[in-house]
Amino acid sequence: MNAPTTITDRLDATGTANALELRGVSKFFGALAAMQDVNLTVRPGERRAVLGSNGAGKTTLFNCVTGDFPATQGTIRFFGEDITEFPPHERIRRGLRRTYQISLLFTGLSVLDNVYLASVGVSRSRFSFLRARRSDALMAAAENLVRVVHLDGVRDTVVAELAYGQQRQLEIAMALAGAPRFILFDEPAAGLSPTERSELIEILMGLPGHMGFIIIEHDMDVALRVAESVTMMHNGRIFKEGKPAEIEEDEEVQALYLGDGHA
Amino acid sequence: MAAVEDLPVAQGAPSWAERIPAGYWILGLILLVMPAIAGDFILFQIFGWTFILGIIALSLMFLAGYGGMVSLVQMTVAGVGGYMVAIFGVSAIETISLGWPWYISIPLALVIAVLFATLTGWLAVRTEGIYTIMITLAIAAAFFYFTRQNYVVFNGFSGFNGVLPPSLFGVDWRGPVAFYYLTLFWAVISFLAVLYISRAPFGLALQGVRDNPRRMAALGYNVTAHRVAAYSVAGLLAAVGGILLTWQSAQISPGTAGIGPVIDVLVIAVIGGLRHPIGPFIGAFIYVLLKTFAIDALVAVGLSGERFQLLIGVGFLIIVFWSPDGILGLWEKIRAARNRDPLLDRGGDGP
Repeated sequence: MNAPTTITDRLDATGTANALELRGVSKFFGALAAMQDVNLTVRPGERRAVLGSNGAGKTTLFNCVTGDFPATQGTIRFFGEDITEFPPHERIRRGLRRTYQISLLFTGLSVLDNVYLASVGVSRSRFSFLRARRSDALMAAAENLVRVVHLDGVRDTVVAELAYGQQRQLEIAMALAGAPRFILFDEPAAGLSPTERSELIEILMGLPGHMGFIIIEHDMDVALRVAESVTMMHNGRIFKEGKPAEIEEDEEVQALYLGDGHA
Repeated sequence: MAAVEDLPVAQGAPSWAERIPAGYWILGLILLVMPAIAGDFILFQIFGWTFILGIIALSLMFLAGYGGMVSLVQMTVAGVGGYMVAIFGVSAIETISLGWPWYISIPLALVIAVLFATLTGWLAVRTEGIYTIMITLAIAAAFFYFTRQNYVVFNGFSGFNGVLPPSLFGVDWRGPVAFYYLTLFWAVISFLAVLYISRAPFGLALQGVRDNPRRMAALGYNVTAHRVAAYSVAGLLAAVGGILLTWQSAQISPGTAGIGPVIDVLVIAVIGGLRHPIGPFIGAFIYVLLKTFAIDALVAVGLSGERFQLLIGVGFLIIVFWSPDGILGLWEKIRAARNRDPLLDRGGDGP
């Protein structure tokens, strides 16, 4: 039996292919362009923050990458593989994960069951008719993840009874299930208390080095602390890319953030 | 219920026997000794029929309760099972029936019924809500008319008679006591199987798909495949019920899976409750009692006996009006209103 940790198990498959590569990706809802001609390259293990005002196309970017809403144009490559036409579950099985801005949890199930479902989803036991024992490797992995996000105290609590911050942490645990190679965090800090924020930062910083992610975050403190590079989006397009320090000092960015968003 | 620390060795400590509510023990005991109390008619006609309809309605409860898919095709799948047993096995229609031994005809019947259910599921899962109901109803209606008009394979209007259970171990399984235990056995197996699967990965995931398909896809589940597989599982249950139903009346004809019975299965499942596998059996018991005794009751008060369907309809209306979760929902309301039973109650909110 191998150790229950699944986070550290897997190294990225190639040294050459980019974790994520978007070429000319657009998403139209009817005539409305939610995202237009986005080119984005993220190396394996890279941690990228995506900033931008509401409606800048950040969540749309995530939805196109995971396939929740397929892209209208362009190609998306995940570790070298063209996943543009893949259904969401095929992308997830290849090691892509995401969290949702508004928690999508199974509120009638316990914390552990939620994480267990996430662990099962990327395993071959999806169609198993046999109940898991506590000794089951997937169950052990789920319990471990519950511990990673500091929810062991409420492991058997029904999710509907959790505090908001705890639900956000559970979202993260579910994204860590299986052997993720790359994770998309959609505003994980939104609505968290300062203490919960620092806990979140600690969790994100504690992720194994090979595990890259993109984080959408309005809180510059969180975003710039966990990310090594920043992409600014505005009106569905990529507006600027660079190191956190460069972005912070960029005048156009400051105008965008301090002004009314019509720089 | 929260075990604070891990006790990996002592996991089975609150043994399975203790975790079963006392009510189930009492019910089980009563059902086991029923043949000593009840007469042949009660055993064969009331309980036998209850268990059979309960199994078929259970297959709908599995789909609707755990999967959120209301299928009207379950009685049809049961009909396919019954027809296949008649066609491959022994019946009085010797020109059509192949007369193969039970150990070939029964598994073959189950396989074909499951395939039929899977195909139906494959068509139906791409739709939701009212459209699922329409598609499955259309398939049910098509099957009814097809069997009525096809004489080469299904022997048309009259169907097959003389379809009897194999006399295994020298027992006449259509004898009231033997048939009672036969149907009880399969009802209990089906009930336990559904209860077990509901907490296994497949069942948990099915409930996840019901509540939040988008999230399930984002966890790596193939939502469509999971739904189709649920139809297959439900199909197996329905087919078991269908074969037993065919043996009970010793015949199968288009009317067995006509539009009336197809809708009755929905009524049974809803009356009983879709949230727990015991619901369909409660619903079936009420349905069978009404169907059997409503005529006498109506005649006794001077009304026409043919109005028994009216009683069922009114009963359905009352139950659905007062409790959308059926008798089970009513029961839970009553229990929640009283003091919570500290031994059995987990908060009353099953998944």
